[in-house]
Amino acid sequence: MEAPIRAREALGFILFSLLFSICRSSSLNHLLISNAERRIDLSSHIVKVYLTLKVENAGSTPTSEVFLSFPPTQVDHLATVEALVTKGKRKKTTLVRLDVKPTELPDAPNDAKYFAIYLANPLKSGESTTLEVLYLLTHSQEPFPAEIAQSESQLVYYRDSVLILSPYHIKQQTTFIKTPSTKVESFTRVEPSNRAGTEIKYGPYEDHPPYSFSPILIHFENNSPFAVVEELVREVEISHWGNLQVTEQYTLVHAGARHKGVFSRVDFQSRPTLNGASSLRYLLARLPPRVHSVYYRDEIGNISSSHLRTDSRKSELEIEPRYPLFGGWKATFVIGYGLPLQDFLFETSDDRRYLNFTFGCPLLETVVDKLTIKVVLPEGSKDPSAVVPFPVEQHLETKYSYLDVVGRTVVVMEKKNLVPTHNSHFQVYYTFKPIFMLAEPLMLASAFFLFFVACVAYLHIDLSIRK
Amino acid sequence: MAAPEASTAAVPTLYTNNTLRNAFGGVLSFFILLLIGVLAFSIRLFSVIKYESVIHEFDPYFNYRVTQFLTKKGIYEFWNWFDDRTWYPLGRVIGGTVYPGLTLTAGTIWWLLNSLNIPLSVETVCVFTAPIFSAFASWATYLLTKEVKGAGAGLTSAVLLAMVPSYISRSVAGSYDNEAVAIFALIFTFYLYLKTLNTGSLFYATLNSLAYFYMVCSWGGYTFIINLIPMHVLLCIVTGRYSSRLYIAYAPLVVLGTLLAALVPVVGFNAVMTSEHFASFLVFIIIHVVAFVYYIKGILSPKMFKVAVTLVVTVGLAVCCAVIAVLIALVASSPTKGWSGRSLSLLDPTYASKYIPIIASVSEHQPPTWPSYFMDINVLAFLVPAGIIACFLPLSDASSFVVLYIATSVYFSGVMVRLMLVLAPAACITSGIALSEAFDVLTGSIKFQLPGVTSNAEVDAGETSSDTSEAQTDEVKAEKPDDTSKNRPLKKSKKKERELAENPPAKATAKAKAKAEKKRLLALPLEASVISLLLLVVLGAFYVVHSVWAAAEAYSAPSIVLTTRSRDGLHVFDDFREAYAWLSHNTDVNDKVASWWDYGYQTTAMANRTVIVDNNTWNNTHIATVGTAMSSPERAAWEIFHSLDVKYVLVVFGGLIGYPSDDINKFLWMVRIGGGVFPHIKEPDYLRDGQYRIDSQATPTMLNCLMYKLSYYRFVETDGKAYDRVRRTEIGKKYFKLTHFEEVFTTHHWMVRIYKLKPLKNRIRGKAKKSKLKTSSTSSSKRSGTKKKNPWQ
Repeated sequence: MEAPIRAREALGFILFSLLFSICRSSSLNHLLISNAERRIDLSSHIVKVYLTLKVENAGSTPTSEVFLSFPPTQVDHLATVEALVTKGKRKKTTLVRLDVKPTELPDAPNDAKYFAIYLANPLKSGESTTLEVLYLLTHSQEPFPAEIAQSESQLVYYRDSVLILSPYHIKQQTTFIKTPSTKVESFTRVEPSNRAGTEIKYGPYEDHPPYSFSPILIHFENNSPFAVVEELVREVEISHWGNLQVTEQYTLVHAGARHKGVFSRVDFQSRPTLNGASSLRYLLARLPPRVHSVYYRDEIGNISSSHLRTDSRKSELEIEPRYPLFGGWKATFVIGYGLPLQDFLFETSDDRRYLNFTFGCPLLETVVDKLTIKVVLPEGSKDPSAVVPFPVEQHLETKYSYLDVVGRTVVVMEKKNLVPTHNSHFQVYYTFKPIFMLAEPLMLASAFFLFFVACVAYLHIDLSIRK
Repeated sequence: MAAPEASTAAVPTLYTNNTLRNAFGGVLSFFILLLIGVLAFSIRLFSVIKYESVIHEFDPYFNYRVTQFLTKKGIYEFWNWFDDRTWYPLGRVIGGTVYPGLTLTAGTIWWLLNSLNIPLSVETVCVFTAPIFSAFASWATYLLTKEVKGAGAGLTSAVLLAMVPSYISRSVAGSYDNEAVAIFALIFTFYLYLKTLNTGSLFYATLNSLAYFYMVCSWGGYTFIINLIPMHVLLCIVTGRYSSRLYIAYAPLVVLGTLLAALVPVVGFNAVMTSEHFASFLVFIIIHVVAFVYYIKGILSPKMFKVAVTLVVTVGLAVCCAVIAVLIALVASSPTKGWSGRSLSLLDPTYASKYIPIIASVSEHQPPTWPSYFMDINVLAFLVPAGIIACFLPLSDASSFVVLYIATSVYFSGVMVRLMLVLAPAACITSGIALSEAFDVLTGSIKFQLPGVTSNAEVDAGETSSDTSEAQTDEVKAEKPDDTSKNRPLKKSKKKERELAENPPAKATAKAKAKAEKKRLLALPLEASVISLLLLVVLGAFYVVHSVWAAAEAYSAPSIVLTTRSRDGLHVFDDFREAYAWLSHNTDVNDKVASWWDYGYQTTAMANRTVIVDNNTWNNTHIATVGTAMSSPERAAWEIFHSLDVKYVLVVFGGLIGYPSDDINKFLWMVRIGGGVFPHIKEPDYLRDGQYRIDSQATPTMLNCLMYKLSYYRFVETDGKAYDRVRRTEIGKKYFKLTHFEEVFTTHHWMVRIYKLKPLKNRIRGKAKKSKLKTSSTSSSKRSGTKKKNPWQ
């Protein structure tokens, strides 16, 4: 309960300080946004915001940077920001991805955080361009009431500003908010605003100065299960004998409204739509094709409720936790599978090898609070380096597995706050001499050889004192 | 060194070179033993293949938890471990009350593997400990029987033991219990005893004490050894078989063994203070007296000796009487006469059911039924008498030990079904001897009745053995006839050697003589021998088929996960783990869970929650408290549980799917055990005309007790009739509410139901008034059968 209050205070504070900051942030004023349209999708627990900005250069110098600003409370929950620009005219439009990086501006009002979009071609004076921005927010829907009984449905708050927080002057802006169902308890009215079906429309609002802010609060029903993986450790072990073994350890929690009081199985089984509507009954994991030896278990043994469907392009593993997860309930489990190595390991022209594998979590519609990927390279690998499309923390470890002597190099990558859009590929480069593959078989063979020699020697040596 | 010679049966007589024969036979029996080990290991893997690699049942979960603690915290922490997760609020000193042999063994294996960088989990090591040790046990059986009747009988017994159903039932993969290693230790200790007896070597005597120490570490059944060996020593002395070898076999064992046994914390001073060990000390005294007498006899003239005897006997009798009187007084002064409850129930089979319901309530402490003998040792039951007879032809020190072993273990197995496990090795040894002797006689007579020269006959014998092995197509079976064929030529080849060695010049006459001699000995007609040989093979085949069936179907279920096969495929009932996983993830780590003691070990191991009672039933009062709570009405039960700081109550209920060993079926034991300590719980209150029932004829006490309510709460809403599939009846009271408990979790098939104790109400007075009003109205409303009434609200 404390966090939202703090958030509201912070937002209010920002609002007040805007007046002061407008005067100072003059360096940005040569750009202006002629039209902004924002669509906020609240249908799952991951908030998706599509922002279409028409940016105009009203100044005299060309510029190649466009800044997006976010209030600090939102930045903590911001999982990813992507920007696209439309190229071409009319029907031949293509979308080009642009670089987006978090930056600091010297005169940021009240800890507002910035992301800079780097345009491919500088925007000349008087020109305009259209940017498509997508950003995803996690943990941004606050259950209210915070505790619900089994038969109640889950209601949540969503807080945002109806005016887009921007360092630029916005001539015209509209915001559409899509709710998962028509059941909306309440929403803040900022005229003109109206609700139709599952959509709430705010705007259009004309001519708002930079850093305008107007908080809104929407209270609505969201029964989609809030599947959050608190911690996920993925271990990818490369064996040059042809197998890639993946082991994933999950700590899953239902982050929605906490379950209160009785859990009645008879209600849950007989009236599934009314009872436990927001409970998490199953999860879908999308695994690579040609997956084999899949297992799903936890620390006390195999969990028998899972189904694997494979076809040539993908494999889907449907898993049910041991028990349906209600709000606040936790479960831990491990998924493991083997993959053919040739699908994922390639050689570069300079005789190095690299592993090409997906980064994020294979579960659909799931937020991962903390992800650790460990790539276990074969024993004897050298010069490991990882290439990841977004910033991660990296370090190296050593792991000892079956009959290792020097240990295997492990590339460890850690990232916080992941959403399914992070499921892009990353690469780990290393060098490896195939002769190392023979080390362990030779070691075993020589150990047995020595054992037999010792046996033969023992049988032929007479150590008795008396003859 | 009979085994090497045995192999010559298959080898043409061309090879007269003894060393080559020895080497070949040695290698052959080595490989056969290796295969026996593989067989013993792999026949126990059905549970892993059919289910999964998981710890089974109840006690193994405790052992697993202890092993985890050992591997995490180390040996010193282990000895000092005070477990506050169990027997709340008393706790339990694990280090001092547990037989550490199994835990230390598995811990050592785990540590060894991990130091070789083989990262097996503790669970995997624990699951496979029992199969590995059953391979060891069959090798130990080979050694033991070899000491008694030669290598052929040894190999036969080893095969039989590798797949005896009784032992499989306790040592399938995942059955991580003391017995798994203890049977190996038992057989190995007996082997070393016989080895010492046969060789008189102090080296083996020392090893014997160490093996005995391992046995003491592993299992409470070590008292069987320390009573059986003295009995055998006494038998030898009485039958005039005293020798210095006997002295060396026994005296060091008692001294060293008792010292070592006292080192194990759980035994400690019991090794010299309880009656279970007195027999060994008494025989220790006797053997010294006898040894002294033999010594005196050696140095005195017969006349002087007679005088000395009369003198000593008179003085000795007086002293003995005094000592015995003191001993009896000491023993009689202790309440249980110095015997523990379990031992007493062994000596007097009716003791437990009369005085200790908690021992009697365990199914494995019941006397076995006749079918269970057939189930557990199968055809061995018929072979044992033959084996005993074979042991008397001729009787040696070692074979008399086997006879004594089988006789006592038959008695013990008749008292307690669990001790069938001790009978199994004895039955295997005697049956192995019987089979091997029978094959010996039969093939011997075939050989000498066949027309043709002796050398041909020998080849024939070899062929017969290969034929028999072909007859058994099963891979597992194939080994046995091979082995049995080993012992058959044993005497034959010896005889042949003698022939070759003694009279090569007068070969023909000697042969004729020997033939005549042999014919007189083995006067069995050819047809009869062939037929009985075939019958024996069929008998063996039947045993193998039965063992494999028992291993696959009867003894492999882990009991924490159940499966049923129906028309639409396999159904898995994984409710226990569902409940334990729920407890471990969704309750506070310090919450206390109350359940009947059967589920204590599993709750601490799988859910990591504190329990009130568990399967180590050391405190009868505490268990009786839980039993009383379960058999009390809701309010009283709530008070008992609340005073024990219990937060959750777990009951096992099989009525929905028909799982018979649920809490309602165990409920009478709770009443009995509870009533044994708290007299206000009376068993007749729960029985209608001496019958235990939960339908509309059940007594009001039964229908209002906590166990009934927690089991059947809202059960009627599943099918509208509340039909209990285990008791095959509709339940007595269908609609009721719970006042002091609330349902917090029920598993998918309703097998485990978890309730939470409601907190105390702030306004008690208003509540009490209301309840009075309701109670008055219950009697009428109960009849009418409308919803929403509860006499306790």
